Amino acid sequence: MVNEGPYQHQSSDSAYLFCRAAIEAGHQIERVFFYHDGVNNATKLTEPPQDDRNVVARWAKLAEEHGVDLVVCVAAALRRGIVEQNLAQGFRISGLGQLVESAIQSDRLVVFGD
Amino acid sequence: MEATGTVKKFLFVNRKAPYGSVYALEGLEVVLISAAFDQDVGLAFLDDGVYQLAKGQNTKAIEAKNFSPTYRALEGYDIEKLYVERESLEARGLTEDDLLVDVTVLDAAGMAALMDEMDVMISF
Amino acid sequence: MLHIVNKSPGERSTLASCLAHARPGHSVLLIEDAVYAATKGHAAAGAVGRAIGAGVKLFVLRPDLEARARAGAVAEGIVQVDYRGFVDLVTQNPRVQSWL
Repeated sequence: MVNEGPYQHQSSDSAYLFCRAAIEAGHQIERVFFYHDGVNNATKLTEPPQDDRNVVARWAKLAEEHGVDLVVCVAAALRRGIVEQNLAQGFRISGLGQLVESAIQSDRLVVFGD
Repeated sequence: MEATGTVKKFLFVNRKAPYGSVYALEGLEVVLISAAFDQDVGLAFLDDGVYQLAKGQNTKAIEAKNFSPTYRALEGYDIEKLYVERESLEARGLTEDDLLVDVTVLDAAGMAALMDEMDVMISF
Repeated sequence: MLHIVNKSPGERSTLASCLAHARPGHSVLLIEDAVYAATKGHAAAGAVGRAIGAGVKLFVLRPDLEARARAGAVAEGIVQVDYRGFVDLVTQNPRVQSWL
């Protein structure tokens, strides 16, 4: 679960690096759920400077290469102007039930936030 | 993923005051959704999270939604386990009488023991 | 149980809250700005040392220390881990609480 937007706070970076390390260790990351300002990780309109990491593209690559389900909370997204039209590749918008379902089905849920 | 059959012990850990940030409000939205999954759900309030339950919240002049009545409505969702930490109340000059809903008051050791029984902790 | 703390104790009280709920045998992992709490001479050293003395295991995320130029200053009794170590702590402990 990622609760903060990219760049403003380190939580998205920490979550991403945790996911990558877990996958490299042979674990499965079933889903990353983006909530609160974390939904801002999913905008395709982001354009970081060339010498900085691209947080959004990095998540998308993780989804593409490892089948990680990147879910953006619809209610939190609507509040913050994240809609299908500006949703980055690899992400999908769905309900909070996806978070609860993940918590039930997965062995662990780790929360990254402020 | 199928979510049927498994019942896990969930604890939503609320440690932040309302209105100054959105965590309390959006946290409550997760709690309400969780009710649909027939899980064993509890809420913990500690540190500034105890302010979420303060009686008499009036948000008219800050033009924010007063979501505090929702805590009283949780019972209707079969969410009845509300735990408040005694030390957090005391450190803020509050008592159980200042809260808008019936709760179970635990000391920090009791809260730690409760956490140690959980399957899932979602913190806001 | 694994506790994760990500705030500097100079800015917020999350480390104190965490340590008040960490029981003997629990693990506490310091990440992001919380890594400062793992360093020698920090005002939080006393509280961290008492937790270790009480049987709580303390870990700190080395990449976050290195970024902040504090990797050489870690206090005794605190174990440095990389992200792989972070993953192992999550899998080894049956439950995780992030003190945000």
